[in-house]
Amino acid sequence: MTLRIYAIAYLIFLYAPILLLPLFAFNDATIIAFPLSGFTTEWFAELSNNKSLPRAIGNSVVIAVTTAILSTLLGICAARAGAMPRFPFKRSITGFVMLPLVLPEIIVAVSLLIVIRQVLGIGLSNWTIISAHVLICTPFCIAILNGAFQNLDPSMEEAALDLGETRWSAFRLVTLPLVMPGIISSMLIAFTISLDEFIIAFFLTGSNATLPVYIWGLLRFPGSLPVVMALGTILVGLSILLLTFAEIMRRRGIRRAGRKDTGGFL
Amino acid sequence: MGILSNLTHDQRRGMRLMLPPFVYAVVFLAIPLLAVVLFSFWTQDFMSVDTTFTLDNYREIAAKPVYGLLLQRSLMVSGIVTFVTVVLAFPVAYFVSFHVAPSRKSLWLFLITIPFWTSYLIRVFLWKVILGYNGVVNSGLIWAGVIEEPLTFILYNVNAVIITLAHAFAPFAILPIFVALEKIDRSLLEASQDLGESKTRTFFRVTLPLAMPGVVAAVLIVFIPTIGDYVTPELMGGAGGKLIANMIQTQFLALDNAPLGAALALVAMVSVTTISLVFVFLNRKWLKGRT
Repeated sequence: MTLRIYAIAYLIFLYAPILLLPLFAFNDATIIAFPLSGFTTEWFAELSNNKSLPRAIGNSVVIAVTTAILSTLLGICAARAGAMPRFPFKRSITGFVMLPLVLPEIIVAVSLLIVIRQVLGIGLSNWTIISAHVLICTPFCIAILNGAFQNLDPSMEEAALDLGETRWSAFRLVTLPLVMPGIISSMLIAFTISLDEFIIAFFLTGSNATLPVYIWGLLRFPGSLPVVMALGTILVGLSILLLTFAEIMRRRGIRRAGRKDTGGFL
Repeated sequence: MGILSNLTHDQRRGMRLMLPPFVYAVVFLAIPLLAVVLFSFWTQDFMSVDTTFTLDNYREIAAKPVYGLLLQRSLMVSGIVTFVTVVLAFPVAYFVSFHVAPSRKSLWLFLITIPFWTSYLIRVFLWKVILGYNGVVNSGLIWAGVIEEPLTFILYNVNAVIITLAHAFAPFAILPIFVALEKIDRSLLEASQDLGESKTRTFFRVTLPLAMPGVVAAVLIVFIPTIGDYVTPELMGGAGGKLIANMIQTQFLALDNAPLGAALALVAMVSVTTISLVFVFLNRKWLKGRT
């Protein structure tokens, strides 16, 4: 019983900052502090009049969608290879590909910045951010897709091959529909990570700021804080929707693969 | 090619499939990391980079106390954050694994992971609102009559950085511990109690040692990345709460001294890796001593 109370208190601790967001987004005061003064939708109205925000959102969405597609494609390769018989260096190669999961993000940012700016001498653009985001999202995609690919009965694809399908068409017609929920889940997670990522984007952003980089700029001006709260409320709501959908898909994928759900994205 | 020809057809297919993610990681991770190592032995010469091999950057890091101080503070913050996160997370992981009905486990894990994926920047900023002079904690405590003056030791210093980081990395600590606890064969616990051990002693002699791999994973997955966070110290740390990551960021983006920044990044990376390896080694030894 005490454990249950502790766990619930812990959840409240986890959610405390997020729960405060809407309070200040609708609060009729320019200072973000207690006590609250009154209800207003002014900050949301101001948000819709903002000229540079749509550009930042557009940038971030382009980056996040591209990242989601590329990292899921790489994840599919790795997860499918992971479900195959052992080959030499399988474990060390997998470990290497999963490394960005534990690597400090600043190291990824710094190393790519050096290569892009100093070694190659090319300018920073959305592509420089995408290259880094694909790197850090791929391990998460692999973790999710592993759940969909492992325990997938190989005899089903073999049956398709025996019946005259090619390797590719057997994959497309038999395996792909089975792992589709996992793929959707993986894309949604990669999309969410990329959309929210700041530490690397701040290093690698070119003249077009991503949404978090834009928000970082806003945080320095006390006057724009209520608008940030409004923006944050929308973003959190949106992320929760995306994640809920991703979780539903992930569970469906595991069920299709005929596996017991061990829970969690990792 | 000698080895390759000995492989079965399926093994070769597996290797071919692994190729794209592997090549991607080599091009965008391994080669850039090598560039960092290389750069750390070069120097910034006003506008260009002088490519003669030198230890100057490392000498400067060793000579100027500010770098040592920042590194020491960063390692201390990461260490405390890791300890706090793992200790606070263990009971939650234990609760979800042992006391939650199997059908509801993934719901709990989902609820735990949601905050982790959402608006990192704004979450960090909101801790300012919680811990600030007119913040949630202070106004709450004053309202309750616990304190009369707002507490000031919880914002713009190392404490604030620790609290915020501990919050940000909480789910990262819960998941590996949960996975390790899930793997424990429940009949071992019954056996221990059948043989006369109390519940508490069963926990410390059976459950905890078996959960240790998860705890170790949690420690590593929190300790190593926290060293690279510059957002939290920037927003929460004030003047006295800056960490090594802020210095690396400054060297790269403000001072345009990439070689020194690279050397600092490497020193930070090597320090956390060394400490992590020592920790893993000590843990193995301790576990072996017990079985």
